Amino acid sequence: MRIGFLLPALVFALLAVALGVGLTLKPREIPSALIDKPIPDFALPPVQGRTAGLSSGDLRTGEVSMVNVFASWCGPCRTEHPILMDIAKAGTLPLHGLNYKDKPEAAASFLRSLGDPYRRTGADRDGRVSIEWGVYGVPETFLIDRQGRIAFKHVGPLTPEVMERTINPKIAELKR
Amino acid sequence: MKALILALALVSGLALAQPSDNRPEAHLADPALEAKAREIAKTIRCLVCQNQSIEDSNADLARDLRTIVRERVQAGDGKDAVEAYLVARYGDWVLLKPPLRARTFLLWLGPAIFFVFGALGVALYFRKRRAQPVPAAAPLSAAENERLKGLMGRDGGS
Repeated sequence: MRIGFLLPALVFALLAVALGVGLTLKPREIPSALIDKPIPDFALPPVQGRTAGLSSGDLRTGEVSMVNVFASWCGPCRTEHPILMDIAKAGTLPLHGLNYKDKPEAAASFLRSLGDPYRRTGADRDGRVSIEWGVYGVPETFLIDRQGRIAFKHVGPLTPEVMERTINPKIAELKR
Repeated sequence: MKALILALALVSGLALAQPSDNRPEAHLADPALEAKAREIAKTIRCLVCQNQSIEDSNADLARDLRTIVRERVQAGDGKDAVEAYLVARYGDWVLLKPPLRARTFLLWLGPAIFFVFGALGVALYFRKRRAQPVPAAAPLSAAENERLKGLMGRDGGS
């Protein structure tokens, strides 16, 4: 029996599947090049009115920690803020804030009105430290492992779903 | 008419007033280095707007990255070194032209592979056609011959 006539249909089916998978990918989410790499060296002063700044040494204490990149001008940062407050309250791991290209007063009033979940904050006024971290949009959230390496990065606001599906399991894995 | 001329003059004046580039950041003093920095910036993808180069983009991050490219060029880095610096932070993604790697093999060689298969298919098709010549047409039946004669006669008789 000749089945050669089925070939175009087969090629079509393969293409359809490949392109269909392509449609489900999210081109907005750029894979981080820094996963499993040591955190960059940096030292930043704290957000206005705070005493504890953020430097690479603070993330190399042998503890699993979380770094959240935020800015007062960033809308999604407001939506994810309650989740950060919950993380701080639960105290499962130290949460630090990297304040991206913000005005000092604006950042301070953001934390004053919404609450301050961060143990330490770093004010990255010109965004250079964030570039070292491969940040390309706020909010972004990093998990740092015990060896001081970037273990995970989430781009976009944290949601209860993201916490449950990816972040919390990842924290548990890193703490093991 | 006067109004038209005035309007044209205004428009052309606007066109002339457009600066050749509206980049807010400082340029390098050395024109050769500045040109080099711009050449490199054209090959770097803006991470916010994605399908634009940082040279073309007005995004804040694109401006910061252009500044970094200029700093690197000023410090004597070549194109490869600047790209390596950015790739280390943002991955291959930051290059508008993806490098040839094991993962991008299909991307680069895909068209050639398609071409080879297409050419192969066409060649096979023609070979098969030549192998089995078109069968000679069956001779006309007597009735068809009569009909043909009638048609020819009507046409030629005029």
